[in-house]
Amino acid sequence: MNNVEEGVFFLTGKDFTNAGAASSSLKGVLEKRGVPQDIIRRTAIAAFEAEMNVIIYAVAGMMKYRITDTEISVTIQDMGQGIPNIELAMTEGYSTAPDYIREMGFGSGMGLPNIKKSTDYFVINSMIGEGTTLEFTIHLIPCDKERA
Amino acid sequence: MNLADILAILNARVLTNQVPLQKTVESAYCADLMSDVLSFSVTNSLLVTGLTNAQVIRTAEMAAIEVIIFIQGKRPDSQTIKLAEEKRIPLLATDLSMFDTCGKLYERGLRSQFHHLNQAPIVTVRAQSV
Repeated sequence: MNNVEEGVFFLTGKDFTNAGAASSSLKGVLEKRGVPQDIIRRTAIAAFEAEMNVIIYAVAGMMKYRITDTEISVTIQDMGQGIPNIELAMTEGYSTAPDYIREMGFGSGMGLPNIKKSTDYFVINSMIGEGTTLEFTIHLIPCDKERA
Repeated sequence: MNLADILAILNARVLTNQVPLQKTVESAYCADLMSDVLSFSVTNSLLVTGLTNAQVIRTAEMAAIEVIIFIQGKRPDSQTIKLAEEKRIPLLATDLSMFDTCGKLYERGLRSQFHHLNQAPIVTVRAQSV
């Protein structure tokens, strides 16, 4: 049995009205699939943090997901300014967000650390002036040996 | 603590229509920083906040927060209320300050529960009988 489900959502920079809509849709897909609540929550939080980053910092981007029987993987790719120092960006509390973003309740420098905390596998690739790609995976089952 | 008790304790109003109010929360979390809510909050909780934009609803949706209460007479706009209705998250509003809101709920036995900063296990503030 290999029940794979894939999809993509497009994200528009500075579109704060719809910020979170993609993560919400992904959450809906997982709920429909009957994924356990705690895994849905972890995925939704990581996806939402990544989605907000695209809305805040990039011109545009997309969120791709792939769900199998064993894991959920999400890739968020943006056309943005890139992250000059990823290590610094991964530090809790470090942020380059402008004041109007902070007034919306974001930009406190917890986003990337929180994605790391919520996921089982997390990679960032960034090119200055081109954009950033985040990939994360959350396991649906802790061990695969029964299927082997 | 159930929603009816929260409404009575805070003299609060319900802002959403047609969202079920038969809810019970096990803990409360108070923040204006949605990043903190996403990092530290736990499920089955009440969010006390002074922020009224749509991101509050999205944050509650992702973090599986049960109920949101806006403090100090603050009200979200109709679009934000509509989003909460779609997501079936009850919105409450009180005229009390954030300090008094939290104080009154604490006095009646509600406590916070949150994820520790360094990925340690969930912290439960010990509840005492009142």
